Amino acid sequence: MKSSVIVFPGSNCDRDIAVALEKFQIKNKMVWHNEVNLPKSDLVVLPGGFSYGDYLRAGCIASKSKIIGDVIDHAKKGGLVLGICNGFQILIETGMLPGVLLRNKKLRFISKNIFLRVKNIKNKFCLNYKKKNVIKLPVAHNEGNYFAKQKLLEELEDKNLIAFKYCNEQGEVNKESNPNGSSNNIAGILNNEMNVLGMMPHPERLIDPFLSGEDGSLMFESLVKLS
Amino acid sequence: MKISTTVTLKKDVLDPQGKVVNQTLKNMGYKNVINVRQGKYFEIELDIKNKDEAKKVVDQISKKLLANAVVEDYKINLE
Repeated sequence: MKSSVIVFPGSNCDRDIAVALEKFQIKNKMVWHNEVNLPKSDLVVLPGGFSYGDYLRAGCIASKSKIIGDVIDHAKKGGLVLGICNGFQILIETGMLPGVLLRNKKLRFISKNIFLRVKNIKNKFCLNYKKKNVIKLPVAHNEGNYFAKQKLLEELEDKNLIAFKYCNEQGEVNKESNPNGSSNNIAGILNNEMNVLGMMPHPERLIDPFLSGEDGSLMFESLVKLS
Repeated sequence: MKISTTVTLKKDVLDPQGKVVNQTLKNMGYKNVINVRQGKYFEIELDIKNKDEAKKVVDQISKKLLANAVVEDYKINLE
């Protein structure tokens, strides 16, 4: 499996995701946002960070980058696209995923470990979570409050396009376990074809027992299995 | 010509910053403040002389880049 990590000015989780991909024998290339041609890849990752200092809206300026046209084409052809944190915000701004990410309800930057319930284990990113569907991952964001109109929320639920929901350690999805005010506790969603995943939590940060957990590894193991 | 556009969150979208400003004003003693909505203001200088044409371009700019139509409204202000 080959991957490309797109690097924007202000990306800061690009190295972390590269380390994670390489750990699971995914051949990765770093691609600068100004390049026009995407190298041949099975997976494109938009990493976390603060592209363009979150000017205008988080992810907005990055979503107009030169390379994005190729990323959209890649997704249209069925290629995998993973957006983590700022990457999720960029996917939303390109329109590849619906809805919007607003400022956290309590206006605070949240950086902590949270629990997630994996709601969709059929998509290619989450196949391995059938072994374990309540997981712990870190979040670190200021604009992670997913918002969508009622009709869209119902559609996401009905079509099983919500990949992750915030929950407590017992796996219960409730108001208390929602860190940022997201509609329906949404932490990550898929497109209709389930080849594009956007998520606020950082799987690349928990891939080693030395980093206090390996729940992120399951995602990369799922991806490696595909090749 | 100079033209400006104001981007604000739609009425039914929670505006936490506006809410805090509203509460602060109340704390400061401005009892007659009912509500505050925070937004962004853009001043755009264009190399266009025709007003209608300029408005058309700013409308496009607002739609494509400055505002996110899902949660934001914009208002173009002609001087």
